[in-house]
Amino acid sequence: MFKIAKERLNELYSKIAENMPLFMPIKKAGQVNYGAYEAGVETSVETLKTVKSPKDLFFPQSENMMKFKTEGKNIEVIDIRSEKDAFVLFGVRACDYKAIDVLDKVFLADPVDTYYQSRREASVIVTLACSKVEESCFCKVFGIDATAPQGDVTTWMDEGYMYWQANTEKGENLTAIVKELLDNGGETEVKAQQEATKAVIDELPFSNLDLSKFKPENLNELFNAQEWEEMSEACLGCGTCTFVCPTCQCFDVRDFKTNEGIIRYRCWDSCMYSDFTLMAHGNSRTTQMQRFRQRFMHKLVYYPSQNGGLYSCVGCGRCVNKCPQHLNIVKVIKTLGGKDND
Amino acid sequence: MKDVEMKMLERAKQLLESGEVARVIGWKKGEFFYDPTPASFETVDELKDFVYDWFCGANLSKYLIQMSKKEGKTAVFLKPCDTYSFNQLVKEHRIKRENVYVIAVECLAKLNIEAIKEKTDGIVKSVDVEDKDVKVVTTNGEYTLYKPEVVLSKCAVCNKTHQAKDEEIILHERPERDVNRFEEVEKLEAMTEDERFAFWKGQLSKCIRCNACRNVCPACSCVKCVFDNPHSGIAAKANDSEFEEQLFHVIRAFHVAGRCTDCGECSRVCPQHIPLHLLNRKFIKDIDGLYGEFQAGETDEGKTPLTSYTEGDIEPKDVFNGEAK
Ligand code: SF4
Ligand code: SF4
Ligand code: SF4
Ligand code: SF4
Repeated sequence: MFKIAKERLNELYSKIAENMPLFMPIKKAGQVNYGAYEAGVETSVETLKTVKSPKDLFFPQSENMMKFKTEGKNIEVIDIRSEKDAFVLFGVRACDYKAIDVLDKVFLADPVDTYYQSRREASVIVTLACSKVEESCFCKVFGIDATAPQGDVTTWMDEGYMYWQANTEKGENLTAIVKELLDNGGETEVKAQQEATKAVIDELPFSNLDLSKFKPENLNELFNAQEWEEMSEACLGCGTCTFVCPTCQCFDVRDFKTNEGIIRYRCWDSCMYSDFTLMAHGNSRTTQMQRFRQRFMHKLVYYPSQNGGLYSCVGCGRCVNKCPQHLNIVKVIKTLGGKDND
Repeated sequence: MKDVEMKMLERAKQLLESGEVARVIGWKKGEFFYDPTPASFETVDELKDFVYDWFCGANLSKYLIQMSKKEGKTAVFLKPCDTYSFNQLVKEHRIKRENVYVIAVECLAKLNIEAIKEKTDGIVKSVDVEDKDVKVVTTNGEYTLYKPEVVLSKCAVCNKTHQAKDEEIILHERPERDVNRFEEVEKLEAMTEDERFAFWKGQLSKCIRCNACRNVCPACSCVKCVFDNPHSGIAAKANDSEFEEQLFHVIRAFHVAGRCTDCGECSRVCPQHIPLHLLNRKFIKDIDGLYGEFQAGETDEGKTPLTSYTEGDIEPKDVFNGEAK
């Protein structure tokens, strides 16, 4: 294990950025989101929860896919994807890192989404263990250890230092690049911090949610539960919960006409939107209750039933913090979940 | 605050028990002490989760578009600012006034939990208000914050009084304050064009196009928004360019101009903390200057400056010549 004094972190970032593009939590106009590290930016790696998760780096909110040009009866299809060269994603928390697993199962399953795949392969991920958690965090419920995230490199941070440990070959290569800035040491400090943080996490209000009810065999019972009506009553049908969620993965594909042909692009979509299920024959979900139910059934029942029991919520708590009317997955778990939630 | 809540609860019970109303719209407690959710209560039993506290900032008036069309009367608790939105929606024939029973409730400002968290360390355990002091207890210790610094942005400059009521529950009067709600707008006006453009560009570039601002807005009550309508030519779900970021917000601001009551919900709900209310407030200030003082939602009838013509109306050329400032 290595360490570097916190005052020298900018040197570390610059060193990495000299070698490949670096994306990390950056404060802009008062809010922290993942952005490119460049001269003059205000980094904020200590921010526990960026507003948007780092999923944009693999699955951007909007991206151009291809272009069509027509000439007489011929259509020319031009691949206009923007390839990413190797890049470093720095400061990813344990929940957001686990969320990449959830996305991989969707985008890298057959047929592989090559847009997503190329970015995944180009990424070197440096995770950061949590030490100051929030009451909205419930990653523990999903078996995530916030104090020991994986990734190509894992880092920890305390008052004075950042500690660094490579886990993969990509991680070793990155370590070699910054080696001259690192000193040896940190094992004891990291261990102490992990224990202290775990004790806090154990006491968090949502750390012991009971998910036992959310199983494929209860699908019909959960789907038909009376409580959806009441739970969704205040829902605005906005996309906040889906857009801040690190595991939401739905997109819309559309074409638009430009002077130089037709561009096909895709962008994030939200099951909370009224036209999400609009098809030629009509719309299969006509009420907000149905849309609301879809979001949570997908995370807690449908997705796990297709992915060996893996839930597609990682307990990051962003929807808990950001829903304008304070609806969220925790309320759903408590209302419909196992009896141990009382 | 507890006394007000008790009184409201008592009234809600009476109204439901007597059958005078079929439902009561209010707030119900959340997972923490700071995250109540708007809710409708149809039985006395459901009222066990009823709350009214320092965190009930959500404006309930827009829910009445749906609720007032249901069978039976709907009672609703409205804060001063909410009554303006209510009137505006009645004026636009979106709420059936005869089906609503308005209970005006006192408000001594609502707190912003995110601001409180920013100013304290550790996990927030409790928040108490004593006059101008907000006492916060966290896992790290105790803090006393200055209330005006941790209220919702809409409340920081609020002098509103109830403009609609069938009855009221007011136990503590709020003193009239000396506040200028255009102060922040004036700061923007004082900037050079380039500075102002840079300010808005920085703010709007954070927008994730989640539509929370639009969906919460009582003035955004179109059955189908132009941005959702595939036939409009500008339907979009993401901001692909700076132009699109700005287009969405500028069109929205224009569309609610003269109808926006300054309820502040857009800024309250924005996950990226974009001060959207400043765009709308600029329009309010301009309308005041160009047509004479006007406050949307002060009444539920009558003409409005942008939807009526008088001979004294300012000529567009004078606006564009910069005569009107
Ligand atoms: S649950 Fe909340 S964030 Fe999600 S769509 Fe409904 S109101 Fe918006
Ligand atoms: S559903 Fe909510 S808590 Fe779960 S991963 Fe998504 S944003 Fe995080
Ligand atoms: S704007 Fe005024 S009435 Fe509305 S919540 Fe704030 S202080 Fe209360
Ligand atoms: S609420 Fe904020 S982020 Fe969402 S669309 Fe409105 S301005 Fe954009």
